[in-house]
Amino acid sequence: MVAARYQTAFRLYPYRRVADQGAAARRHPVVIVGGGPVGLTLALDLGQRGTPVLLLDDHEGPGQGSKAICFAKRTLDIAHRLGAGAAMVDKGVVWNVGRVFHAEGELFSFDLLPSEGHRHPAFINLQQPHFERFLHEAIERAQADGAPIEIRGGNRVTGLVTDDDGATLTVDTPDGPYEVAARYLIACDGARSPLRDMMGLGFAGRVFEDNFLIADVRMKAEFPTERWFWFAPPFKDSGQSALLHKQPDDIWRIDFQLGWDIDRDAELDEARIRARVDAMLSSQTGQVPDYDLVWTSIYTFQCRRMERFRHGPVLFAGDSAHQVSPFGARGANSGVQDADNLGWKLDLVRRGLADDGLLDGYATEREVAADENILNSSRATDFMTPKTGASRLFRDAVLDLAGKHPFARPLVNSGRLSVPCTYDGLPGFGPDATGGPALSRPGAACPDGPVEDGFLLDHLGGDFVLLALGGPAPKPVSAHGITPRILHLPRVSCALAHRYLGDAETALYLIRPDQHVVARWPDFDPGAVAAALSRALGKA
Amino acid sequence: MPLTLAPNLPDPDGFYDDLLRAHAGLSDAESAAFNARLILILANHIGDPETLRAALLAAR
Repeated sequence: MVAARYQTAFRLYPYRRVADQGAAARRHPVVIVGGGPVGLTLALDLGQRGTPVLLLDDHEGPGQGSKAICFAKRTLDIAHRLGAGAAMVDKGVVWNVGRVFHAEGELFSFDLLPSEGHRHPAFINLQQPHFERFLHEAIERAQADGAPIEIRGGNRVTGLVTDDDGATLTVDTPDGPYEVAARYLIACDGARSPLRDMMGLGFAGRVFEDNFLIADVRMKAEFPTERWFWFAPPFKDSGQSALLHKQPDDIWRIDFQLGWDIDRDAELDEARIRARVDAMLSSQTGQVPDYDLVWTSIYTFQCRRMERFRHGPVLFAGDSAHQVSPFGARGANSGVQDADNLGWKLDLVRRGLADDGLLDGYATEREVAADENILNSSRATDFMTPKTGASRLFRDAVLDLAGKHPFARPLVNSGRLSVPCTYDGLPGFGPDATGGPALSRPGAACPDGPVEDGFLLDHLGGDFVLLALGGPAPKPVSAHGITPRILHLPRVSCALAHRYLGDAETALYLIRPDQHVVARWPDFDPGAVAAALSRALGKA
Repeated sequence: MPLTLAPNLPDPDGFYDDLLRAHAGLSDAESAAFNARLILILANHIGDPETLRAALLAAR
């Protein structure tokens, strides 16, 4: 029996009995547990690379409810590489105008103009079940093209035994339990990760003493596609902060920060929620628009992470490994980056082109990224909810000044949007032999840019690439059986030169399959490229 | 030297974090005294009387 823990939004992978049930445990190269954004991204990436992957999920589709709604540019770039990005952007909402209010007054507004030569906006708002549905559609297309991806819905892991060589899972199904063996097991099973608990591993961090009330409302009339954020909202009983922004299908997401000491049942009373929502929606026009309440819940949050993301054959990715407050949309977005970081490494190890040690690099890099995300999301939380007299004094001073003086506005912090971590100084990166622009230094995710027939990232794809900007085409270089694809751009657009060349006329970049820069040089030196490629593969 | 009221901090969040960390564990009176010392140090660094008068006005 597999009891439902939540209602599913779409039934994407219904339970079906498979031949493995009732047979001896079959061993799979990679088993993923959890079909959320992280597990689906990783399954799609591995399958497209040709590595067989089995994904187990204890439901038959994405869960209903208030989950991630903001997907950042890097996530869209990754999804686009995997063939799922266009549907997301079509369905998603792009907003550019944000307004920040303090009590009765508007402090300032901003307009996020798109920057030239990027395929994707800074982010889109899209409900997580749609994000998962579009990934699943891409998986079905990949399967039709022969990608070895199998998803088993209604399969719940109830037992786990590991040794140096792999993991054996006990899996419960509507037809009873069976066993699955895996060389590598990837735990994408969320913040409450049952696999983490089965292994007795800790999840230390900081619990924020605060409650947020979420109300998703469907507007029946026109309402501006803007983000409104209040510090100390003036409307009745609305707490310390409030947020309004738009999702697809005429749904607006509203958050009220209620504080710690509340009566949850009373706060979820519909009349009480409607009173708050009425006050917010009418605050700028005096009119309450017609709306339906489609979802309400109260949540608290934590910032915490596992000490190590790898434990032998088991690797943790997404919320199972790290959890952040929602400010800055660093949860699902960082989880998708985990998957992007792990996919190519697992594929090379499975093919015997890299040693198992390459997977340690996954853990090292994503632990650093998790720390960065936790730092940013904790800072936003501390600004929104000052914990001491001094922090309240400065917070209020910043808000007082921000209305009059532009210098104080960058200090106003209601969340810093997820951007990819730059792996500065970590093993496997460098050298930086050009002194080029900081934003494309070794360790950074490649910035997009215009090329003659589209966008740079489309040409990078998911392989090792040797990118030559200006100058002559380099010759192929190999190390350990891998030959990076050569991408030669003799003519470099202005925007691309600004992002990759700086003052130089030419540059040569070695780029990883996850589109992070390994190393860069002013010109082509085959020995240096081979050495950098070896380091990127975890071979000294 | 005109008073700069446009954004000028290369890492606003990092500065803000440092500022609050400097106050960690201080009582309200100790925090107020810390702020007074900090203002005097920064004022000395600026030096220019016109700039300082403009800052006094901007903070009102």
